[in-house]
Amino acid sequence: MATESIERKTVGKVRPHQTQNEGLVFEKSSPGKKAYKLPPLDVPAVDASSLLGETHRQASAGLPELSEIEIIRHFTRLSTWNYAIDLGMYPLGSCTMKYNPRVNEFVARIEGLAEAHPYRPDAQAQGILEVIDLLQKCLTEITGMDAITLQPAAGAHGEFTGILLVRAWHESQGNARKKILIPDSAHGTNPATAAICGYAVENLKSNSEGGIDLEALERQVDSETAALMLTNPSTIGVFESQIHRIADILHAKGALLYMDGANMNALVGKVRPGDFGVDVMHLNLHKTFSTPHGGGGPGSGPVACKRFLEPFLPTPVLVRSAGEPQSSVTISAAPGALHWEYDRPQSVGRVRAFYGNTGMFIRALAYILANGPDGLRQTTEDAVLNANYVRAKLEDLFELPYKTASMHEVVFSDKRQAAKGVKTGDFAKRLIDYGFHPYTVSFPLIVPGALMIEPTESESKEELDLFIEAMRSIAREVEETPELVKTAPHSTRVSRLDEVQAARKPVLRWRG
Amino acid sequence: MAYPTNYRYTKEHEWIVLEGNTGTIGITDYAQNSLGDIVYVDAPKVGDSVTANQTFGSVESVKAVSDLYSPVSGTVTAVNESLKTTPDKINEAPHETWIIKVELSNPSEWENLLDAAAYESFVSEETGA
Repeated sequence: MATESIERKTVGKVRPHQTQNEGLVFEKSSPGKKAYKLPPLDVPAVDASSLLGETHRQASAGLPELSEIEIIRHFTRLSTWNYAIDLGMYPLGSCTMKYNPRVNEFVARIEGLAEAHPYRPDAQAQGILEVIDLLQKCLTEITGMDAITLQPAAGAHGEFTGILLVRAWHESQGNARKKILIPDSAHGTNPATAAICGYAVENLKSNSEGGIDLEALERQVDSETAALMLTNPSTIGVFESQIHRIADILHAKGALLYMDGANMNALVGKVRPGDFGVDVMHLNLHKTFSTPHGGGGPGSGPVACKRFLEPFLPTPVLVRSAGEPQSSVTISAAPGALHWEYDRPQSVGRVRAFYGNTGMFIRALAYILANGPDGLRQTTEDAVLNANYVRAKLEDLFELPYKTASMHEVVFSDKRQAAKGVKTGDFAKRLIDYGFHPYTVSFPLIVPGALMIEPTESESKEELDLFIEAMRSIAREVEETPELVKTAPHSTRVSRLDEVQAARKPVLRWRG
Repeated sequence: MAYPTNYRYTKEHEWIVLEGNTGTIGITDYAQNSLGDIVYVDAPKVGDSVTANQTFGSVESVKAVSDLYSPVSGTVTAVNESLKTTPDKINEAPHETWIIKVELSNPSEWENLLDAAAYESFVSEETGA
């Protein structure tokens, strides 16, 4: 049996444990089983067929039929195969998989906030509107911007909204312009956003430090350039130290600077994009501001902008009526009360139903207020310190293609190990056996065989040391028993899956 | 793997070989090796026009999606349909597996491309090998 070949010893912080076998929920179904019992009908029965005619479904929908405990066991068993930040370090670079504080969950469950309904009249929703207003104030202060929309539901949605603002502004100036510049180190969503918004994408090559080549930028920016989409710190984890000059070069030609705020966890409380020339940017509440991420979502990607872009923000916009607030608000136009404003003729329109993923706003605000300005600054410092600690402890074993000081993440390459036939993906799979979620593999694309590690501030020195020990141990295995690494993982329920066949010849149906 | 000397190359790792005024285009061994197992090729249609140094499609591997840049300008005259079901041919024989054929509209563009020796030294610069 395959399981007997697994080493049953403790590796790193884990040892193999009993996992329950589990089939598909459809396979557990048996006809007529129910997990519910309805009370007797207390209204007159109707004949569905006479009301629905031909559209009345006669056959069963084929949904699985199970009892309540069977459903509970099914999903509980499945959940034990999962890996989560609550089990250990999740060093997925560029994703900022930080701890989701329990205080966020506590606050989000307060009845008045959890049960708030989007159709409630503004006058009766002043509590939740105050939460949204305060979060907007905090985020504009943190970014150094003037205005914000919380509507976008994720980072890429935020990019889309931001570039719509850029386009609307250029149009208001008489020319929407034709192209957007994007560095070769960018997240893939940046060129996708530009293309969806109707712009041609022009690639900007990184210099030897992994940053923007100012001379190339100067050559490429022209009167048809709408914007540069820039991630700062870059995906190499390097701060763009020439950022103000980059902004000047763009502004001189009437182009705007968009900042992808995916890596804002390295900047909060230290520098403000609004102060270094950024015109519009998005944030990821599910990265920087500790809301759940990766299946636990939903996400939230607010877009902050400078004053001149404010008229174009999606509708509705939260506005406070003039005057001193009253102790009790009965109409939304009362002095000091908050209300949604829809009459905004230059707006790009709505980008999301209602006002975005409100539950995430409560969590993000709880995080910001629980930390306070000094706490947020400390968070940034710890995130950068942790990444540099990992870098210092591993740089003798792994190739470091860009030597510039790291911010919140470090990017190694598998060059030395690849010479032995072991690649970044093999290393990542073996890390699972040591009880860690893999780091990000093969990204950014400007580093062949990238290992992108972002520990975040959540990790203690003890957990970081376990991770470093695991990485060093795997590097030894590459020298002594490379096959062990190339065929990993060995401790999981299923061993290595054939990702190539899954992509080339996917089986998309249950039972043929 | 040796780079055929009758081919020309781009810095974006495409190759082109000329027969009369028709160029046959594929990606290099270096490109397929960096991408890893290729699972999908997105190519233009016959009759589409392509422009030198502009994207004309993309290749998707298990690791990444990478744009294809045209070495020359012209009109697409043929598309390798077999890549729809067997994109892995590019991994097996990158220099024999073509993606599109193009009728050149500006044959002088050929002169701007790298020859095998120049491409090989460009690749070794990139890899630092």
